[in-house]
Amino acid sequence: MKALLDLIVGDPQADRAVPSTGITARLTVFAAGAMAFLAVFALALSLAAGRVADRWAEELSQAATLRLPADPDRAEAVLQAALTVLETTPGVATARALTSEEQQALLAPWFGADLPLETLPIPQLIEVIADDAGYDAAGLRARLMAEIPGAVLDDHTRWREPLLAAASRLRLLGWAVILLIGGVVTAMITLAAHASLAANTRVIGVLRLVGARDVYIARAFVRRFTLRAGFGAIVGVVLGVFAIQLLPNTQLAGGFLADFGFTGASWLWPLAIPPLTAIVAFFATRAAALRRLREQT
Amino acid sequence: MIELDNVSYGYGDTALFSQLSLTLAPGSFHFLTGPSGAGKTTLLRLCYADLRAMDGQVRLFGQDAAALDRDGVAMVRRRIGVVHQDCQFLDHLSIAENIALPLTVADRMSEAAANLEQLLSWVGLGPQAGQLPPSLSGGERQRAALARAVIMSPEVIIADEPTGNVDWEMSQRLLMLLVELNKMGKTILIATHDLTMIRSLKSDVNARVLRLKDKQLTQAGADL
Repeated sequence: MKALLDLIVGDPQADRAVPSTGITARLTVFAAGAMAFLAVFALALSLAAGRVADRWAEELSQAATLRLPADPDRAEAVLQAALTVLETTPGVATARALTSEEQQALLAPWFGADLPLETLPIPQLIEVIADDAGYDAAGLRARLMAEIPGAVLDDHTRWREPLLAAASRLRLLGWAVILLIGGVVTAMITLAAHASLAANTRVIGVLRLVGARDVYIARAFVRRFTLRAGFGAIVGVVLGVFAIQLLPNTQLAGGFLADFGFTGASWLWPLAIPPLTAIVAFFATRAAALRRLREQT
Repeated sequence: MIELDNVSYGYGDTALFSQLSLTLAPGSFHFLTGPSGAGKTTLLRLCYADLRAMDGQVRLFGQDAAALDRDGVAMVRRRIGVVHQDCQFLDHLSIAENIALPLTVADRMSEAAANLEQLLSWVGLGPQAGQLPPSLSGGERQRAALARAVIMSPEVIIADEPTGNVDWEMSQRLLMLLVELNKMGKTILIATHDLTMIRSLKSDVNARVLRLKDKQLTQAGADL
């Protein structure tokens, strides 16, 4: 804690020993700010992908659809038989036939809202909800095949799994981008520190002449770059969060954009960016300074 | 204090001097003379561990300079005050801050206030304390460099052509400051090519004159 306080407060006399290099200072603040801004978006992307994946997994994992053969003459009998099979299947919590309005709503995107459903041989759908233990899908399919030929049980596995895989990879991609941003910040601060040290060769020579240790000289650079990077990151995070708040609240893309942002504890993630940037800057500058000072005899 | 034992140094394939030995006893006063390019500055740099001998041994306050790590060199520098011909100031700091710099880097700023006022008065730079180095004359800069060299109360003071950029009157004033320091017990080593300046101190100090020429260090004439 004391070391952190010392770093923030610093030693005014020691700080003054190294002149502030204007262009390097401004570039460091700008680079840290820009990277923090991008990191906020990468974080939001990763968190949104995670939320969407969780929601899809939760909403669809226990739901299945039973499609009955479209046979107008035996429709009611087949429906009753199917419901009987489902109600007697261990692991099925509820089984409910979709109303004609619900079926029409499902078809509306393709055939329009005025479709005369009753005149067409539309298969009856049954929504099946499993309990926590779940049911034996293979056993149920076998029983349905024997008792209601032509009935198809769709437990959404076929399209749910690729969607979950895509969302999971999107989340990983977000974290990979954040790691890349961290690497870029480290590289940029290292370069800026090297430039600053090179520009101050004469100052370093004078400090050494009067007995300054490498740690003392490095400290002036480390503190300066740590504070600059931290400040830049604060500005970048504020602008990034503000930009995300300005995004339209839309249900497009399966509600993905509605999930894009921070809620609850996830607010801690963007708040962590400035201190993490400062920590990266601290170690990058310290390593660069000590290496440079070792080379510069 | 400082001992050089059969020390050799050169740049590239050219040997600047070889098998050179020198001992600076506590409280001694030495002039180092020789033609330009003979290696006077190099010899001084070996004496404050700014260079490492290619051969032989340099002992600073009893420690082998070759065995000193970087922190060790910094600690040795705090015991040796160095005055360069070009002074080497930090131009963005005031003269007072430049003079106090050795105390600043040694984290001994509490001693600065009293020492600084006394030193500024001793070198006659009180009114210029707040000025930046580029605004000072050559003589004022040299006096400030001397003040910076002694603010840590070092045991040894090494000066490289300290009067090179100043007029006769100012060079005498600077030399008298160095003589005063010697009388206070400090060990002094001054590199100069100005023999007139050396002779002018004949009656003021018991100094040994060394001559660096043709890669060898010899005593030039009788001690002053």
